[in-house]
Amino acid sequence: MSALLSVRGLKAFYGPIEALHGVDFEVEQGGVTALLGANGAGKTTTLRALSAMIRREGVIEFRGEPMRARAPEDVARLGVAHVPDGRGTFTDLTVEENLKLGAYIRRDRAKVKTDFERVFGYFPRLAERLRQQAGTLSGGEQQMLAISRALLLAPSLLLLDEPSFGLAPLVVAEIFRILRQINQSEGVSILIVEQNANLALDLATRAYVLETGRVVVGGAAVDIRADDSVRRAYLGY
Amino acid sequence: MASRLAWGLAVVFAASAPFWMSGYHLYQGAQVLIYAIALLGLNLLTGYNGQLSLGHGAFFAIGGYGASILIVKLGLPYYVAIPLASAVCFVAGFLFGFPALRFGGLYLALATFALAVATPQLLAFKRLDFLTGGSEGLHVPKPGPLLGLPLSVDQSVYWLCLAVAIALFAIAANLLRGRVGRALVAIRDHPIAAESMGVDAALYKTICFGISAFYAGVAGGLDAIAVGFVSPESFGLALSLAFLVGIVIGGLASLGGVIFGALFIEFVPNYADQLTVYFGENAKALPGAVYGVMMIAMMAVAPMGIAGLFRSLAQRLRKA
Amino acid sequence: MVELLHQLSSGLALGGVYAITALALVMIFQATQLVNFAQGEMAMFSTYVAWALLQNGWNYWPAFAFTVALSFVGGVVIERAIVRPFAHAPILASVIVFIGLGFIFNALAGFFFGYTVQSFDTPFNGRPWFGAKFMSAHESGAIVVSLIVLALVFAFFRFTPLGLAMRAAAQNPASARLVGVRVGWMLALGWGLAAAIGAIAGMMAAPIVYLDPNMMGGILLYAFAGAVLGGIDNPWGAVLGGFTVGVVENLLGAYVVGTEVKLSVALIIIVGVLVAKPSGLFGRRIVARV
Repeated sequence: MSALLSVRGLKAFYGPIEALHGVDFEVEQGGVTALLGANGAGKTTTLRALSAMIRREGVIEFRGEPMRARAPEDVARLGVAHVPDGRGTFTDLTVEENLKLGAYIRRDRAKVKTDFERVFGYFPRLAERLRQQAGTLSGGEQQMLAISRALLLAPSLLLLDEPSFGLAPLVVAEIFRILRQINQSEGVSILIVEQNANLALDLATRAYVLETGRVVVGGAAVDIRADDSVRRAYLGY
Repeated sequence: MASRLAWGLAVVFAASAPFWMSGYHLYQGAQVLIYAIALLGLNLLTGYNGQLSLGHGAFFAIGGYGASILIVKLGLPYYVAIPLASAVCFVAGFLFGFPALRFGGLYLALATFALAVATPQLLAFKRLDFLTGGSEGLHVPKPGPLLGLPLSVDQSVYWLCLAVAIALFAIAANLLRGRVGRALVAIRDHPIAAESMGVDAALYKTICFGISAFYAGVAGGLDAIAVGFVSPESFGLALSLAFLVGIVIGGLASLGGVIFGALFIEFVPNYADQLTVYFGENAKALPGAVYGVMMIAMMAVAPMGIAGLFRSLAQRLRKA
Repeated sequence: MVELLHQLSSGLALGGVYAITALALVMIFQATQLVNFAQGEMAMFSTYVAWALLQNGWNYWPAFAFTVALSFVGGVVIERAIVRPFAHAPILASVIVFIGLGFIFNALAGFFFGYTVQSFDTPFNGRPWFGAKFMSAHESGAIVVSLIVLALVFAFFRFTPLGLAMRAAAQNPASARLVGVRVGWMLALGWGLAAAIGAIAGMMAAPIVYLDPNMMGGILLYAFAGAVLGGIDNPWGAVLGGFTVGVVENLLGAYVVGTEVKLSVALIIIVGVLVAKPSGLFGRRIVARV
């Protein structure tokens, strides 16, 4: 399998402070890569750097070409959809408006319409709440909204930042079931950041463990899962 | 040390002015000192404490009108009238500072802007005509010779302004050097930290507003006797904004800077007036244009003002 | 009674001007948490441009359209060139820059067009469209124009993708960028719109208050009062506030305080609202769950 996204020596900065010290990883075409690690390891920072939300250095190749995009809006236009931590809900807008924004850069109207239907197929609850102010949705619904908004960009790569955060186990299970479906039936590649390693490794084909801004272990998800010492040392279960 | 020397030279220079300057120039010198006092007050509030006032012309007006009314209607001497009027300004500023606490930042700018725009109308309010002279304004007698010395009116006014300015600068410098100054700056830069370290921000901010208004009031009172006349139009938005220009040009949070600022707002309109010879009536637009461009330019290249430029220049020279 | 209705309707006419000016202020506030103190001077300058065109024999509506378009472009350029560099500066610096901008426009108007008070044409002549007994043709026209502007702005934000993107950019810029919205341009567009609305406000006000470089000072103040009264983060509250201030100011001016001190009505409204209910009458409480 070829790499959709290949990252080498990625450094990222908050102001003058270097928060990532040269990270290497890949996302395969049609694959799911999980970034694991404790709080503050640099997982969210990695996603932000990929989306050019913060200053970054290093080589990022997307679809075999160096990613030249310098701003988040340009990264989005390459087909990279980012579900940020905190879900990025436009709380004062309606659910429908949030979804429309997901498709903001697309000009293929007919296809957008079918994508709306597809998204409602995954999350029927959103269809019922179209006119509701998005800020009034429950946490789980907001996560569904965020994923739907990202899907409406028709991305080839989906960046997910802790989709399980703060949600009830049943809701998490449902969301991960749908993420698997999105990956497998639609061929959308996924880069997922999770604290809940077990959950993420279930979904992922590759996984990397980060610690204080560096990759300490990386490889096929099954191997990481099977490696007891890695599990104990870094994933804490 | 160097700065103390500079201050000393400046004082000697300023004090000697009446010996080699006369008439109109001395009058302009007094105006510069008066503006410097008002700018000092505004800078205490805006530069040091971070509270934005677009309406200090109103306190200047209260000082000017207050002193004039006390002198003209009650026959008080100016050295009683001006302190009394300034005390009224302190109270007015303190009271305005109270609601200001609740809506700091931008809202304070809005409220003081409203104050500045409304002031001329309030001063011309018909039912207060018997006190204020309405839109006609009030004529104020100029003060007699200072301390009974054989001095001209201009000399007396100038030295009076200089003495008051020196005293008020000294007070401000002392205030800022100590605990109070640190508290004011801490409230500006780290409001939450200041509170948690036990600084009563509300009290400091309202008192700072009061002191700032007091300075503006003293300046207004001196202005009234220096000009010999007060009228509503001279205390409009333009005056309040000129004060803001003054502290921006001179340097926010700079004591020495207010002197540059005062020179600037006194002489730029003056020189522009002379240019009407070449450009016709429309040259009246020039001071505004210079103010506007300077304000934006200062924010872009020298947020610390002219005084800040001098300071960094001096540091560079010392290092070299 | 007729007199009262007359005061009421002329209050509504200026109220419309305050309302759209307040709307323009709120648009910028929502996107940047800043109030553009130069809004009035920019509008005044636009009005002078229209006046100059009319003096040169243009017909009213072409001059109107050209002025609005030019103001829009001017607003965009000012945002990109002058306001943008201070995006991360403290509030104090931004306000100083706005005041500086105001000085510059005031000076430009004085320099190019002089300080003489000018009368300004109205396109509305003959019989008023409604309320014939109580208002002039221009007043009825100004009210209609204000309402059309409000309807257009509402429709733009509510029904167009660009309007939606602007709202998104104002509300959650980081998230808006992630879906591909060019947030920087949205801000510039907001300034363009605000400048265009300001131009219309100026052209509607000028026949009533007459044209001179300081004509917008009072209007801006009333618009501030309207925005604060309605809630400075709520466009429709600000619009309602603007109309309310127009009527209240006119009635108090005519019957209570006298026209000479009308401006202090705005001062009292601003200070009063900020003391009693800083969020304004319709300041929103956002309902959010996590």
